[in-house]
This record gives sequence, structure tokens and C-alpha cells, in this order.
Amino acid sequence: MSETSTVQPAESPAAAVPRSALGAVGAAPGWVRYALLLVGLAVALWLPNGLYPAIAVDILCWALFAVAIDLLLGFTGLMSFGHAAFWGTSAYATGLVAIHAGVPFPVAVLAGALVAAVLAVPIGYLAVKRTGIYFAMVTLAFAQMIYYIANKWGSVTGGENGLQSVPRELFGLDLSDEYYFYYAALPIVILGLAAAWRIVHSPFGRVLVGIRDNPARARALGYPVHRYKLTAFVLSAFLAGLGGGLFVMGHRFVSLDALHWTTSGKAVIVVVLGGIGTLWGGVLGAAILVRLEDWLSYSGFETIGLVTGGIFVLVVLLFRRGIWGSVAALAQRWRVRRR
Amino acid sequence: MSGFLQHTFNGLVGGAFYALLALGLAVIFGMLRVVNFAHGAFYMLGAFGAYVLLTEVGVPFWGALVIVPVVLGLFGMALERAFIHRLTRLDPLYNFLLTFGLTLILQDLVKSRYGVQSSPYATPAGLQGSVDFGLFTFPTYRVFVLGFAILACLGVWWLLTHTRIGMVVRAATERPELTRAFGINVGRWVTPVFGFGIALAGAAGVLAAPMRAVNPLMGTDLIIVVFAVVVIGGLGSIFGSVAAGFGIGLLQAWGEAYLSETAPILAQTLVFIVMAVVLLWRPAGLFGREESPA
Repeated sequence: MSETSTVQPAESPAAAVPRSALGAVGAAPGWVRYALLLVGLAVALWLPNGLYPAIAVDILCWALFAVAIDLLLGFTGLMSFGHAAFWGTSAYATGLVAIHAGVPFPVAVLAGALVAAVLAVPIGYLAVKRTGIYFAMVTLAFAQMIYYIANKWGSVTGGENGLQSVPRELFGLDLSDEYYFYYAALPIVILGLAAAWRIVHSPFGRVLVGIRDNPARARALGYPVHRYKLTAFVLSAFLAGLGGGLFVMGHRFVSLDALHWTTSGKAVIVVVLGGIGTLWGGVLGAAILVRLEDWLSYSGFETIGLVTGGIFVLVVLLFRRGIWGSVAALAQRWRVRRR
Repeated sequence: MSGFLQHTFNGLVGGAFYALLALGLAVIFGMLRVVNFAHGAFYMLGAFGAYVLLTEVGVPFWGALVIVPVVLGLFGMALERAFIHRLTRLDPLYNFLLTFGLTLILQDLVKSRYGVQSSPYATPAGLQGSVDFGLFTFPTYRVFVLGFAILACLGVWWLLTHTRIGMVVRAATERPELTRAFGINVGRWVTPVFGFGIALAGAAGVLAAPMRAVNPLMGTDLIIVVFAVVVIGGLGSIFGSVAAGFGIGLLQAWGEAYLSETAPILAQTLVFIVMAVVLLWRPAGLFGREESPA
């Protein structure tokens, strides 16, 4: 065992979450939860009518990516700074399957996500040997390795050019309009999000939270900590892969950007902005950041990194609970006072 | 044979940059428990500082080698006071995220002013030409870089082992609570140590300017390799970080020389493969101890 944790850090990112570990909404009365769920579904169904549909698709993909990262960061206490490896690998694999096999697009996306999950096994096996800041550095380094490989392996990945004109097939339906593609992609995203919710609220998810809060105790209770972490890592990579695969289908091309470290970093920003350990916060964060970046590039603003970096610094300094976390904490305080 | 020596020398010079950056990273980590993502950005700022001083003010290389690290060191101290300091009581991940945000900002600021294309920087006067070592010749400037890096590492080693400041830093690195319990004001040294680490990165940047393309993205690709280097060496060990820096430099140069034809992918990813092997064999790093949780 490489690390035996006996002292708890003063405040870990996951501990920024309100006391009820599984997100404060879990503590909210049932009707609030159902109401939120209905509102969420209604917004998801309405979204491409209110936004440019291509942006709506991007939000869906990034929402899955963010939830995948939060599964690790918020519920297992591991900050992966290299998830672009899985997002991007799935993107390339999905693109290649769609180009060469001509299968319906959900099948290609599923194949891509599976490839990402398989890649996550060796990377995760090595990475979970370290925790905390080392975990972030190790995952970042492995993601960079995948980036270099994709760059050099031009015969398969197209190198600098990437993969162009990826077909979007679904039983002969015409999905060339982004508006219709959004509704074709939505069920996959909802299934992915539901799976994340199911994982977090399963006995397995409870053990993950136990490991996050006190790894030494979890080990003493006989849980194989490394194996649990690895399983969480692979599941997270699969969800990130679903997002990456859909992203390719949305844009119909893949470039090296999908594997770049800025993509990993942006995904973590989205989660922190939405609220670590809140699961749905990542969805909000994705919507805000994707919309903001689109608006910035539309209005001819070129230094987007300045804004995203600035948001990041501000959120980390002043607003560590994120949006969802802050709202949940306020709601909880309000309920306690009324009691 | 002379070819091999040539590659070896090149590797040591490449390793010198890793070593200087890893050294700063390790000193900062030891004192603050902060992994500074922006370290690569400061390296980039160092190179740009030299470039701007030369082209816009007319200060030559030697002046830049003094001015840039001092200015960046002070800038680093200001950043530590203004931002990083506020988060050091929390999980180190927050400062990693904060310095990641700073990296994006610094990089984009430079990009918006100077664009993404690389700017040339002439080899400084007095260091042109090459040195004849009998079996092979080597550019004088690279010999200077290697000498500078070795002197800087030895200097830091001397500071750490022979001065009072060094003893405080080492004690605070290994047993922060106990050091405080002895009545030593650890907090007083945090900001200067951070500034010092940044100054080292800045100096590495100035050294890189005549050798490598000066562009806004030069730092970040490098820092990710340096992260792998410190995972290999063990971030808690200053010696380990420096040794791993030179070792990885050598390995990359040899890989580049002998593998880039037959196995280009392997040549590019050697450092990560070494990291994977080290994680399997000694997860704490070659020279690292079992870390205390942080």
C-alpha cells in the first residue's frame, strides 16, 4: 500500500459539499426532487428551440463529461486531470467505427465509449496507486502520452488533420439537421446521466464515498480500496467516452483538440463551477461554459482562455461550492431555520 | 562513438531544463504543498521577458539573465500573497486548479500581444561558436547552459544544507508541525521560497530563449513532462527531482537519436513509459519516501 491516510486534509474539494454527502438535494423533500427532475426534463426537451441546436448538442456532451468527472472527484475523491484521454480516445474510436463500419450512430458511440473504458483499465490501475495531487499529475501525464500517440499515429488518426466528414447514420433517418440530431442524442445522454445517478446511490457508490472520506477506515473494514477506485475510474471513463463519442457525431469531425490537456482542464472547470460532488451541478456548469464560450467567439473575442482562466481563479478563490452547491446550501439553511 | 557522446551531451542539456524546473517545483512543493501548474507559464514568461528586453528595450542576454528572474520572482511573491496563500490551508488540489487558471490567463495575455508564431532570439555575444572536446565539438552556448544548471543545482544544495534558511526549509518540508512547535516562524519563509522557485523557472526561460522557439505555448507542454519527471523522482525529494530531470533528458535524447526512425511513437512517449514502470515498482518515486497524506 503506497499511501496510508490517517490525517484528514483541512478541507478537501469533496468536503466543500454540504454535510449530506450525496448532494443536498438528496436531503430535500420528495416533491422538490420530483419537481426538479420534471423541470430538468422540460428544459432538456425545450433546449434546441431556445438555443442554436449545435450548441445544445455540445451542452449535452459536456454535461456527460462533467458528470463523469464528478463521479471521480466528488464521490471518490480523485481528481483526474487527464480525462481528455477518454473523451478523445472515444471520439477517435467512434469516428473510425462510423467511417469504416457504417453502423447506426448509437452503436458507434457505444463502441467508442467501450474503447475508452478499456484504455482506462491500465491507466487507472497505475494512477490509483497515488492519491491527491499526484493522481492529478499522473493522469495528466498519461493523457499527454495519448495525445502524442494520436499525433504521431497519423495513418489511423489523420494526425494534424484529424478525421473528417464522419457519417451520422440511424436506420436511414435524415439527421443532417442538428435540431433532429439533438433529439436523437438526448436519450443516450439521459441514460448516461441516469447511470451516474444509479452508481452514486448504489451500495457501491456508498463505499466510494466512504473511501473518499476515510480511505484507511475503508481498508480496515476490508474493502479493496484500489479495486473500488479502479472500477469508479473505468465507469467514469466510459461516461466521458459516451460524451466524446456524441461530440464527434455532433461535429462530424475529430481533431487533436479532443485529446489536449486544455480539454481535461476545461472539464474540471465545468465541474468546479457547477459544484463538486453535486452530480447535477456539472450539467449546469457545462451549459454555462459552453454557452459563454460560444457567445465569446461569436462576438469576436479571441482570448477565451483569459475569461475561462479568470472564471476558474474566481470560482476557486471565492466560490468553491459552485453554483449547485451554493444553492443547495442556501436551501438547506432556509429549511433548518423554518423548522 | 562520437555520435553517442554528442547525443549524451544534448541529453544533459535538455535535462538541465527539466532539472531547473523540477527543482523549483520541488522546493515550492516542499514548503507550501502546492504543485504549481503555472511553473511552465513562468518559464515561458522568462523567455518572453528576455525577448522583450532585447527587442523593445535593447537589454542584452546577460542583463536579461539577471533582471528577468528577479522581476518574475517578485511577481511570483505577489501572486503567492494575493492568491495562493489564501488556499494553502485547504486541499492542495485547489491551488493546482488556481495555478491552472493562472496559466490560461498568462498564456492568453502573451498570445494576444505577440501571437502564436515563434520569435527568434540570437545567441548572446561571447557564447557563439563551439567548443572542441577532442572527440566531438559542441556549441559553446549549450555548454554554458549545462554549466549554469549544474551550478544552480549545486548552489541550491549548498543553501539547503549549509544555511539557516536551508535548515528551516528542510525541517518545514519534512515535519511542518514539529518545526512550528520549536518556535520557528515557518510562514515567514513561504513567500520568499515561492518567489525563488519562480525565479528559477524564469532563469530557465531566459536560458531557453536562444536555443528554443519563443512562443506562448512553449511552457505548458514542457511542464507536463516535468510533472512526469517529478513523479519519477519523487516530488518530496529535491535530489530525486533533479536527478530524474537529467536522467529523463538523457533518455529522451537517446530515444530521439536511435528510435525516432524505427519507433517514433516509442521515442516520443519514453518518459511516460518510465513513469508507468516507476508507478508499478516504486509508487512513491525513485527517491521519494512514503508520503505523508497531503
